[in-house]
Amino acid sequence: MEEVYALCVGVLTTCGLFLTLRARTFSVVMGLTLLSYAVNLFLFSSGRLKLDGAAVLGQSSSYSDPLPQALVLTAIVIGFAMTAFVVILAMRSRADQGNDHVDGNIPSAPETKQRHYRRKG
Amino acid sequence: MQHLPILPILLPLLAGVFLLLPPLTQSIERQRVVAVLSSVVLVFIAALLLLASDQQGTQLYILGDWQPPYGIVLVADRLSTIMVLLTAILALAAQLYACAGDDRKGMYFHPLFMFQIMGINGAFLTGDIFNLFVFFEILLIASYALLVHGGGKQKTKASVHYVTLNLIGSSIFLFALGMLYGTLGSLNIADMAIRVRALSAEEQAIVKAGGLMLLVVFGLKAAMLPLNFWLPRTYAAANAPVAALFAIMTKVGIYSILRIHTTIFGDGAGELANIALPWLWPLSLLTLAIGTIGVLASPSLRLTTANLVIISVGTLLLAIALHNEQATSAALYYMVHSTLIAGALFLIADMVTAERGKAADRYVVARQMKHAKPIGILFFIAVLAVIGMPPLSGFIGKTLLLQATQGWVETSWVWSFVLLSSLAVLISLSRAGTTLFWRHSGERGSQDKLSPLKLSAVYLLLAASPLLVIFGGPVTEFTQAAAAELHGGQ
Repeated sequence: MEEVYALCVGVLTTCGLFLTLRARTFSVVMGLTLLSYAVNLFLFSSGRLKLDGAAVLGQSSSYSDPLPQALVLTAIVIGFAMTAFVVILAMRSRADQGNDHVDGNIPSAPETKQRHYRRKG
Repeated sequence: MQHLPILPILLPLLAGVFLLLPPLTQSIERQRVVAVLSSVVLVFIAALLLLASDQQGTQLYILGDWQPPYGIVLVADRLSTIMVLLTAILALAAQLYACAGDDRKGMYFHPLFMFQIMGINGAFLTGDIFNLFVFFEILLIASYALLVHGGGKQKTKASVHYVTLNLIGSSIFLFALGMLYGTLGSLNIADMAIRVRALSAEEQAIVKAGGLMLLVVFGLKAAMLPLNFWLPRTYAAANAPVAALFAIMTKVGIYSILRIHTTIFGDGAGELANIALPWLWPLSLLTLAIGTIGVLASPSLRLTTANLVIISVGTLLLAIALHNEQATSAALYYMVHSTLIAGALFLIADMVTAERGKAADRYVVARQMKHAKPIGILFFIAVLAVIGMPPLSGFIGKTLLLQATQGWVETSWVWSFVLLSSLAVLISLSRAGTTLFWRHSGERGSQDKLSPLKLSAVYLLLAASPLLVIFGGPVTEFTQAAAAELHGGQ
């Protein structure tokens, strides 16, 4: 179970990081969402992975740490609000700047510039 | 006053909520009265709390009487209370300035401002590292909204970068918290400081990674070198009162580095003692250098001021890297001075912008400013303070810092970097002042009267500088006691 769990967190983080480094706001937002999923899973595992362990004392023979669950809950709520905000901001940015590049302007590729120059010449 | 430590968090929260409710929400005048009143009350509360922490020692506020390390606890020691008082004063000035018209540019300025103050105060007062994260998020989400207040292309553009970076920062913060909780089994800062001494070798590696990831997050908030490129554009794009309030935001990062890396990973941490220091040394010097280059290269007063914030961050990080009581005490003095003066400079830059038409605050020849004299005098005082010329507080702050160096290696590095950067700031700001106030095309701008509210806000911030000199004795005694408390460990 631990291996699968660790793999999930790892893959999510990798994809999240890759997407946040992209140039369009949509993939950046997707990346941030994946990162926050990875974080939530990671936080959850900080109380150790345990099967059949209730978080309330006296409910089962073995019990699990309730604190990470509370932390994850808080992190989910905050992450949700932040995602909502960043989606709105991305839309606003698209409307204000006329494109969805994170820098606000699409850098022209070097080949197109050259072609333009040649046509001029 | 048993409940004093929680009031700096509760008061802005309640004020912010009431500002959103019917009798206040429709009328901007009523909002202004309530917001400024609550800021004044906040200054008094912060002053009371500071006195209490100085005379009766650290104030612990245990929420719901759940005993630490299990419950949530607020810790008001000298370091936190001086930061809370600093925030309150800066916020009051920024709010007075905003009441002159900037709060009309968009919706909900005052409630958001209150929530931001609540987040900042909470970050300073909490004794629990997860609550530090929560208060960081509160202050950040308020700052996201305040940054785009008023709208415009520049603000949206700066905001996309700022929000994305800080969201990634928050994820790293949570990863670090997960690592620390998984190994230390506690989130109470004082409790973590005890548990960090009794770790096995494998656990130490994880805690070290967690501690250094926290340094990355705080470095991002504080604008430490590789993570500072968002700052100039963001601060220059924000509305003046918002930018003035943001002057304290980098100090939240500095405060967190001080708190976490001297309390948990301080001298008493055994194998993990001072893990941040090898990184802080070169990074602080480089931050100072890049801030200086930024100041020399800035084409407008707002960008210059934003780069001055980076210089102050570099200086403060240098003081933390020196890692002795005297340096920390100097850092606290310098922190108070640099925050208030940076706030004042952002406000002055806005007044200059309003008077120069299309040229705004760029260093180009433009029409003559109608109120060149009063604004010029304010600018001159602020600049004297920020460079560190003798009669004002910048001089004392920098001297205290230079005196705190020990051994010739430290001395040669710190003295050369700090003094050279001051020289560069002197040159660059003289150029800025001459261009803004003396080089004009002759045509007179027709501008309205200077708003007394705006002037009083700047007076309030600038008055701090001579006051810090006149009351230098008590202030340095207090900062020394705060530094001793921090390095002594509880």
